[in-house]
Amino acid sequence: MTGTLNLVGYGLAAIGPGLAVGMIFAAYINGVARQPEARNVLQPIAFLGFAMAEALALFGLVLAFVL
Amino acid sequence: MRALLALSAKGEEFVPPSSKDFVLPPIFGDNAFTTKPIFLIGLSVILVSTFFVLSARKAAVVPSKFQFAGELVYGFVRKDLGEEILGHEFKRFMPYLFSLFTFILTNNLFGIVPLLQFPTFSRISFAYVLGIITFIVFHYVGVRKQGIVKYVKDILFMPGVPKPVYILLTPIEIATYLIVRPLTISLRLFANMFAGHLLLMIFILGGEHLLQGAIGLKLVSPFAFAFGIALTFFEFLVQCLQAYIFTLLTALYIAGGLADEH
Repeated sequence: MTGTLNLVGYGLAAIGPGLAVGMIFAAYINGVARQPEARNVLQPIAFLGFAMAEALALFGLVLAFVL
Repeated sequence: MRALLALSAKGEEFVPPSSKDFVLPPIFGDNAFTTKPIFLIGLSVILVSTFFVLSARKAAVVPSKFQFAGELVYGFVRKDLGEEILGHEFKRFMPYLFSLFTFILTNNLFGIVPLLQFPTFSRISFAYVLGIITFIVFHYVGVRKQGIVKYVKDILFMPGVPKPVYILLTPIEIATYLIVRPLTISLRLFANMFAGHLLLMIFILGGEHLLQGAIGLKLVSPFAFAFGIALTFFEFLVQCLQAYIFTLLTALYIAGGLADEH
């Protein structure tokens, strides 16, 4: 079996952003459930946070291929 | 598992798709400007402009279906990305935000349109260009609004922070505004499209390879294809989301330059 250890490293690196994305949307759902009219205010913030956390996972993916 | 591996060993070895599969050869001769992504970029410009020119021409109070579709997209960008974030000055930036959103969306959707099937922004150079344009726009807006001295001073020395913190904060702020922002905004778009396309290739090519294997493997291959189809729908979601996020971040950066107090 051949392959590169980079991908195992990427798998480990994806744990953090995975947890982060889950927490962000959990908080967003919580907020909207408590106060549905706050949805429009919370949505850009939630997606911004999601994008930030996701970017880390994607940098890992790019590095796994580049290195 | 071992038996399956032994079965697959009979046929030729499976070559998983890699980043090399994204480097497409020129279509005409060896002119590097005639690759598939270049044509897709041109096609997207034609599609987007034709669609919106047609839907805005002959605009009526009771909209036709065509006009309604155009106004739906414009209304979304205008309300959710313009008014909500940029406040009362949003109209100046609507042309940029709207063309950015539709352009990225169209190019991303090429990734799942049959026959085209290549998201243009999975080539990083295209994503870098958009990142650079956004970079220029939000700095220009900030400098015009606040004056170059105040703008640079606010970035270097964020007001309302104890002095010793500047040792840490100033380098971080410089890196954020000059490197991190344009780099992450384009890398995010690129990496999403790249990863998504790679994922689809793995499942479809893998399914095809299984189909050529022994009978046991042939039975498994429909699952690979089914997963490929499911992921295509997932990709659709990601592609729309990335167009939204790129435009959202651009709007937020511009809003940061417009804000009076930093």
